[in-house]
Amino acid sequence: MTLAVLNVSWQTLADAASLGGIYALMAVGIGLVFGVLRLVNFAYGQLIMAGAFALALGAQWNWPVWASILLCFATVLVLSTLMDRLVFRPLRTQSPAVMLVATFAVSFLLQSIALLWFGSLGKIATSLAPLNRVWVISGVDIRKISIVSIAVAAVCLLLLQLLLERTSVGLHMRAAAMDFRTARMLGVRANRVIGGAVLISGVLAAVVAVMLTVQTPLVTPTFALSDTIIVLAGVVLGGLNRPVPATLGGFTIGFASGLLGGALPTAQSQYLPSFLFGAVILVLLVRPNGLFARGGSTERV
Amino acid sequence: MRRAGELTQLAGPIVLVLLAALLGTTASTATQVYFINSLVSVAIVVALYVFIGNTGVLSFGHISFVALGAWTAGVLSVPSGVKPAIMPNLVGFLRHTTVGNVPSLAFAAIVGGVFALVVGLALMRLSGLAAGIATFAVLQIVNNILQYYEKIGPGQNTFSSVPETTGIWQAAVGALLAVAVAFAYQRSRFGRMLRATREDPAAASAAGISMYRQRLGAFVLSGALAGFAGGLYVHLLPLNANALYLDLTFVTLAMLVVGGASSLWGAVVGALAISALDSFLSEAENGVKILGGTLDLPSGTRVIVEGILMALILIARPSGLTGGREFALPRLRRRRSPA
Repeated sequence: MTLAVLNVSWQTLADAASLGGIYALMAVGIGLVFGVLRLVNFAYGQLIMAGAFALALGAQWNWPVWASILLCFATVLVLSTLMDRLVFRPLRTQSPAVMLVATFAVSFLLQSIALLWFGSLGKIATSLAPLNRVWVISGVDIRKISIVSIAVAAVCLLLLQLLLERTSVGLHMRAAAMDFRTARMLGVRANRVIGGAVLISGVLAAVVAVMLTVQTPLVTPTFALSDTIIVLAGVVLGGLNRPVPATLGGFTIGFASGLLGGALPTAQSQYLPSFLFGAVILVLLVRPNGLFARGGSTERV
Repeated sequence: MRRAGELTQLAGPIVLVLLAALLGTTASTATQVYFINSLVSVAIVVALYVFIGNTGVLSFGHISFVALGAWTAGVLSVPSGVKPAIMPNLVGFLRHTTVGNVPSLAFAAIVGGVFALVVGLALMRLSGLAAGIATFAVLQIVNNILQYYEKIGPGQNTFSSVPETTGIWQAAVGALLAVAVAFAYQRSRFGRMLRATREDPAAASAAGISMYRQRLGAFVLSGALAGFAGGLYVHLLPLNANALYLDLTFVTLAMLVVGGASSLWGAVVGALAISALDSFLSEAENGVKILGGTLDLPSGTRVIVEGILMALILIARPSGLTGGREFALPRLRRRRSPA
């Protein structure tokens, strides 16, 4: 059964929506850290990759699913805390260029460690494979994972919104994102806020790792790399320094790439990145602060 | 006196490049490749510096100019006899045209510059993070097109059969040329105006300097230099589209920042220092004799050690090894100050 007008099947639509959801989570993860540190974390994809390898190892050791997922969360959280302590904190006051190159170095590092340990062929994470089966909903076939990842993304985003709006940590984080110096003067503790943002973005990375390994079970050292690049563009497209625009940007670019990738024939879909990034440039030229941002904000990069 | 001081600033990078070239000529053929590679890196990093150093704006897109330069020089210098075998889908005029070494490098520079002009006309209106991401988008688009559009090159295949003319001297001359152009530009009226916008955009525009025009000029010049460096690169070893993509972008940016992004001296020092480290470590992966013992690292440690060292240097010296200052003779300074 297809949507005749667009020539798009329901499965493609669901896939696009679930990709949008996953990208929205990644976008928030990147956007939160940018908010407090003014740092675009290029190593974010490698955090997801590390989590995915944890899942693959869990599957290899025949661990129960919950234990593999726990291992995934533990790996990602430990790594992101280490990243914060060893790299972000010492460099916090430096120019954005320096911090950016430092995150390049970290992402290189993680990628080559993965290459050294697991080889370029990668591992297969099978523990969550049943989620790839098809559900039939009123005559329409949809993979379970599409529904699950849309639901998980929605729940995560809701929880995050509650955290940001209703708790004092969230208030501090929003204040820091708006004006770090003034926030500090008013008693927001820099390290705690940054640590919190890094931790939350780590949790999101782990969730994304679980979702992505279900969709593509083959985990290689470059796992999630191209996704991260697209999400970075999406985040900027939406507007970096506030969670809601960043989320919308991530969702939009995920949904668009899922839809176009599914609908176009291969001869055209191989140029999909060109279309996406061409659109990004156009949007930036018209609205340099992002599609969904209100008012002007200054960044330092 | 001032002239002499200015020339000293140029002397540092030039002597360093010449030193690397001379050391390279004494090395065995197997080791010489490392020296040639480091000189080509100097050319690429200096090209980056012309824009990033003088404007203070990060660009992730310059490797796309390098890639276009490599594609231009490569396509134009593969002998027409072998072209149908490597690149069966080339468009007509490219299929029949083959030029020599020097013209191919010149065309590479022209294509790099023209493309930078086209892109820059739009992109130089942006600043800050938006500019960074937009240049990144350019890199993505160029890589995507070079990989799949086989009418202008080998697509996903490797550029084989390009005459390997970039020996140690061609690389050295290329690097020196890039250094000289960069130096002449930053001492010129335009270079100074651009640096004024870097230091204080408001004051510069109050003095009647158009940031857009000056940035565009630097972008085109650095695009041409990057295209030229790409030509040198493709004449050194067989490349493919992914050799001219993210990894090279990260490495060259790291070279620039580690050396000190706001000086030409920093660009040259960073390129040579990281190349030297890289060469040493990849030799060490094959086992190297040092201080009487043998150092034999497991393969793959190279990138890990480099990543850690880069992070350490950035933490210890955030403004780079040179502190972003131009080269100056230490003795001269001491003599001037009353002891």
